[in-house]
Amino acid sequence: MDFSTFLWTTFAAFLTLATYSFLYKDNPFYKIAEHIVTGVAAGYFAILLWHNGLVPKLWFQRLDDGDWWTLWLNSSKPWYLIPALLGVLMWTRFSKNYQWISRWPMALYIGISAGIAVPLEMSNRVNKQLYDTMADLDWANFLGQGRFFFLDTASGLSQLLIVIGVVAALIYFFFSKAHTGVFGATAKLGIWTLMIGFGASFGFTVMARISLFINRMQFLGGWGAEAFNASGTTPNENYTAWFQLFFWLMVLLVVGYATREIIIHVRGKAKSS
Amino acid sequence: MKRQIPVILVGMFGLFMIFQYFVPHESSEWVYEFLLDWTIIIGIFAMALGLWSLYRVSVEKIKTRKPAWGYNYLTLCGLFTMMFFGFTTQNGEAWGWFFPFLVSANLVLVLMIQASVNKGGRGLFLGLAGVFLVACVVIIVFDNTWGFHFETAQGLQSTMFRAFFDHILIPIFATMFSLLAFFIASAAYRAFRARNVMATLLLLAALIVMLRFHPFYGPLTPYIAPFMSKTSNWLMNVPNLAAQRAIIIGVGLGIVATALKVILGIERGYMGKG
Repeated sequence: MDFSTFLWTTFAAFLTLATYSFLYKDNPFYKIAEHIVTGVAAGYFAILLWHNGLVPKLWFQRLDDGDWWTLWLNSSKPWYLIPALLGVLMWTRFSKNYQWISRWPMALYIGISAGIAVPLEMSNRVNKQLYDTMADLDWANFLGQGRFFFLDTASGLSQLLIVIGVVAALIYFFFSKAHTGVFGATAKLGIWTLMIGFGASFGFTVMARISLFINRMQFLGGWGAEAFNASGTTPNENYTAWFQLFFWLMVLLVVGYATREIIIHVRGKAKSS
Repeated sequence: MKRQIPVILVGMFGLFMIFQYFVPHESSEWVYEFLLDWTIIIGIFAMALGLWSLYRVSVEKIKTRKPAWGYNYLTLCGLFTMMFFGFTTQNGEAWGWFFPFLVSANLVLVLMIQASVNKGGRGLFLGLAGVFLVACVVIIVFDNTWGFHFETAQGLQSTMFRAFFDHILIPIFATMFSLLAFFIASAAYRAFRARNVMATLLLLAALIVMLRFHPFYGPLTPYIAPFMSKTSNWLMNVPNLAAQRAIIIGVGLGIVATALKVILGIERGYMGKG
């Protein structure tokens, strides 16, 4: 690991620890990490949109075959001036008198998006899910195969349970009819299906977060091992002194903050008593 | 005019986009792509609005000395620095006056804000900002080791742009997501108490899925681990699939209903007040 990578990794370790410090409470270290990430993330996505959106969609429309002083007018796509002008109209939002003009580009954007959403959502979400739910049942393999056959996800029984589960859950979401009698019993089955689904998703999400936590701990462990020259892979004598400086600076900051918190706590207690 | 034109525009473009979906002709495809480009371009200008808003909110907090106002300088410098890296790249191996320029430019930003905040020392701050601004201009004119690149995406390959992404954004995002493990654990304690049948089902399903990833059952591992793995797989692919499907269908129908309400002018919340 060269020195600049080491410095960057040390900074990343500091930010990681600063973010974890939120587990105690909102504190200056967390605020530093939070404010840095807000600015850097905004800048990052702005640059991505500029290079992947504005430049290929708008800028090159004039560079293809038009002279820059005539803008897009003698290019092959002069119509791209219209969304650019509408985009500029969005900025009238800052004016109290003219902010109503920003509704025009907004309306165009919403109209196009809503128009695209209607057939696309019906096709991709509703119809696709319904087609897959109504697939033919596998009667030849109804009870499943192999060890723990009843847990075979490809069996006809499992497919049937999916159909019943989907219908029951949809009935639970249907509030135009009172949930009583057979309808109510099916709705109850639906909520059971949903609860099992939520439980499984919850468990899966928890494990995904814990995997991330393990990853961060591995990162910190790797950084510490490198810094203390314990990894044994690359010599880092050149920056051991630097590391010690950073390390003790961090310790000093944490100890200073902890002392301040203790003093505030003790003073508060003395005041209340 | 203030409210009618937007409603007409939404209805016109919305109905047109629905109609064009069912026209299997290449001109229809062309119009679709064309209007999609329009939305992207408008979206980019809206992003500029967002950046300006972030700047304004941060400066306002500094001006009014809101609690923790000083941290807003970090936000502004982070934003400015990242954008600077995205538009610049080295011409060779040497960095030249790249970093002095960056520091000077950030100082100009900070001093200008200070000048607008502190009425007393306005002249001093403006003067210093002017000095650093001149330094920036001198560096731009005479330093050829790096340059600005607005028309090509060379900035995305810039070492510093990538370093900021790899060592600032990734660690903080990953840590924030992993932080949720602790809050989820605390929420789980409250949600998982087996008070009734439904809470018990939730608890059992979550436990089985979680235990799949930790197959430590001592001497019983070879007997229990395959069963837990299979049960967890079944839970994810049968009841969970059914639940997710019902939710997706519900969400899809909800989106379609909302989109139709917007197109037909029943829902006008996007226009705000006035």
